[in-house]
Amino acid sequence: MDAIILQILNGLDKGSAYALIALGLTLIFGTLGVVNFAHGALFMLGAFCAVTLSRLLAISHETVDPTRTDFLGNPLKVQTPYVEEWFGPEIGQTIIEWSVPLGILFAIPIMIAAGLAMERGLIRYFYKRPHADQILVTFGLAIVLQEIVKYFFGANPIPTPAPPALVGSLDFGVLIGFDAGQIIYPYWRLIYFIFAAILIGGVFAFLQFTTFGMVVRAGMADRETVGLLGINIDKRFTIMFAIAAVVAGLAGVMYAPINSPNYHMGMDFLVLSFVVVVVGGMGSLGGAVLAGFVLGILESFASMPQVTSVIPGINQIVIYLVAIIILLTRPRGLLGRKGVME
Amino acid sequence: MSKFTIDRRGLIKSTAAIGAGLAMPHVFTRNANAFTNEPTGSTVTLGFNVPQSGPYADEGLEQLRAYQLAVEHLNGEGDGGMLNTFSSKALSGNGILGKKVQYVTGDTQTKTDAARASARSMIEKDGVVMITGGSSSGPAVAVQALCQEAGVIFMAGLTHANDTTGKDRKANGFRHFFNSYMSGAALAPVLKNAYGADRNAYYITADYNWGYTTEQAIREATEAVGWNTVETVLTPLTATDFSSYIAPVLNSDADVLVLVHYGGNMVNSLTNAVQFGLRERQKNGKQFEIVVPLYSELMAKGAGANMKGIFGSQNWDWKLENVFGEKYSGTNAFVRSYGEKYGVPPGQAAHTGYVQALLYADAVERAGSFNPCAVVEALEDFEFDGLGNGPTLYRGADHQCFKDVVVVKGKENPENEFDLVEIVEMTPTEQVTYDPDHPQFAGGELGSCNAGA
Repeated sequence: MDAIILQILNGLDKGSAYALIALGLTLIFGTLGVVNFAHGALFMLGAFCAVTLSRLLAISHETVDPTRTDFLGNPLKVQTPYVEEWFGPEIGQTIIEWSVPLGILFAIPIMIAAGLAMERGLIRYFYKRPHADQILVTFGLAIVLQEIVKYFFGANPIPTPAPPALVGSLDFGVLIGFDAGQIIYPYWRLIYFIFAAILIGGVFAFLQFTTFGMVVRAGMADRETVGLLGINIDKRFTIMFAIAAVVAGLAGVMYAPINSPNYHMGMDFLVLSFVVVVVGGMGSLGGAVLAGFVLGILESFASMPQVTSVIPGINQIVIYLVAIIILLTRPRGLLGRKGVME
Repeated sequence: MSKFTIDRRGLIKSTAAIGAGLAMPHVFTRNANAFTNEPTGSTVTLGFNVPQSGPYADEGLEQLRAYQLAVEHLNGEGDGGMLNTFSSKALSGNGILGKKVQYVTGDTQTKTDAARASARSMIEKDGVVMITGGSSSGPAVAVQALCQEAGVIFMAGLTHANDTTGKDRKANGFRHFFNSYMSGAALAPVLKNAYGADRNAYYITADYNWGYTTEQAIREATEAVGWNTVETVLTPLTATDFSSYIAPVLNSDADVLVLVHYGGNMVNSLTNAVQFGLRERQKNGKQFEIVVPLYSELMAKGAGANMKGIFGSQNWDWKLENVFGEKYSGTNAFVRSYGEKYGVPPGQAAHTGYVQALLYADAVERAGSFNPCAVVEALEDFEFDGLGNGPTLYRGADHQCFKDVVVVKGKENPENEFDLVEIVEMTPTEQVTYDPDHPQFAGGELGSCNAGA
């Protein structure tokens, strides 16, 4: 039982990343009708916002300490971050250590700018083109963004740790009546799940309870009629694109301590997220979130040795198997609207 | 009936004509087609085929830097590095056989097909006479086979799987780097001393050639000292999140986790293991331990504090000469050259790449020819010293180098960013030497050298 609970927790965590990316994909598809293959690149850009901020905070000036030597026996060059000089060693160090949570604030304007630039600069010219053209152009854009990041940051994963105060793990089992040490779960992964839940809830609340959201939902249902009412729906949809970019970017920022960011991480998540969208139902926000968590949990269970020893490699294909079954039996996906993908 | 007569002058003319005729094919082909990519101008081209992307990109970049340094030294530039300490004095900094060394590079992407494609391009388009590199056993084994078919020499870079000089050994391929068996033979006694003989080990293993042989080697070596294996799980090489594989360890009977991962994979899996609190865990009345069979300073840097106190093995370490003295001469010369050029100490990937380039060049000089078969002959059973590992033998039977193995652990209190690994023990060569047909290496034949065209 403890193993099952542990894998459910683990799946929720993986599912959080899938759900956040799929949510953004669905927002864009539902509003603009664009299949955005560059959405994974936005997730990756978010993670590199965290990397960039941690590097900016660590900018140092160099002094030579003649009392110590480096590995060649030369006087040691000591790097002192400016932040430590300005705020004192303790506060300065704390600021540097909290670069990932601070990265959320850093990433929001960058992701808005990236989203607007992407939509206004390129994607809007493809609204009336076939989906195949949209896929090609956004896929190309994703590769371009990937290569730009690779050029500036290199091909290697860049360790981006969580603040030391949030490192460690919670004995989750003790809280629900198990023996100590049976169900241990890392703090940061729990934080990621809670963060994802808040972000998803925030997006739903925004769409459900604000006038802006109501208009957007109306536009998603019937774009032309909303336009005839004199509402500039295009402008609102552009803003939704930027919001989707922010959601993907923040998912990336918070994911950075879980696995070191690398230039390819967006593409790794993108394919899976598209499967999530299809399983959840194209255009269905609730479906994207539901499928994200369900598939994340399934993938975790499929990775258990008890399962892989019976069906080797099942962990690598389980999501695709589920997608095939769903598409064969219910082409609109779990919560998809009738007519889409059917 | 005609009468056949011949005079003395006619006999001399006929003999000369027949002799010239017989010699003609040799005259026309000796330089052009005697072997693949025979260098004809004033330069010779080497191919450096390393991962510049993918999970082993760090090691690939480091290795590439070392190859570039080797080229400088072979061409008489820089301070000469280990050319000054190498026991063989055939290299003089005048290129190889008087030809200036130039190179081409390729990105294996840590993928077998990409590695073969870039190696093929180097052979067919760039005219390389030797390929070196690897940083992953799957691609290294594949490129070695290609070099055998094409008739060029392969000086393996970072490849630790037994198969490279085991069942997949080839006459045209040579490995300086140590292997999985050697890691097991060196580590098992140290692990027994540190953690006791009664341990339950759980293996999380990279799902490819190197993972299989390393898991087998460590498993057999630790079981021989009394350890029990409770579970072995394979993980895809492309995986970045290992939490699904780490979580079940908590519910198993294991008190040791052996992470048969390398490079970026190891950094991620170890980070995940630490996130799940394994290092603070008590199991079976013992402190839970993690072991990383193949270690590197680069990984220690990537994994940061998570590596503290974790045991592993290395082919070489930049501190060897400082800690153990002259036996490992060449180490400091290389560290100085590399450190002054790149600002960081070299890791084992850099060292083995640099040494392989020098060993190839030296073999050509001693053979007096770039012909692969002459190079093979010069390298087989070649004994050398002064290249950082102490006295070393390139065994002719399987083209594997035999030398001391470094057992290390992550340093608890590093003095600086480069002081991450503590050398625990130098395992003597005799303890890690095995027969060429040892079961872990059986099933392969060197065959005969192929000079190609």
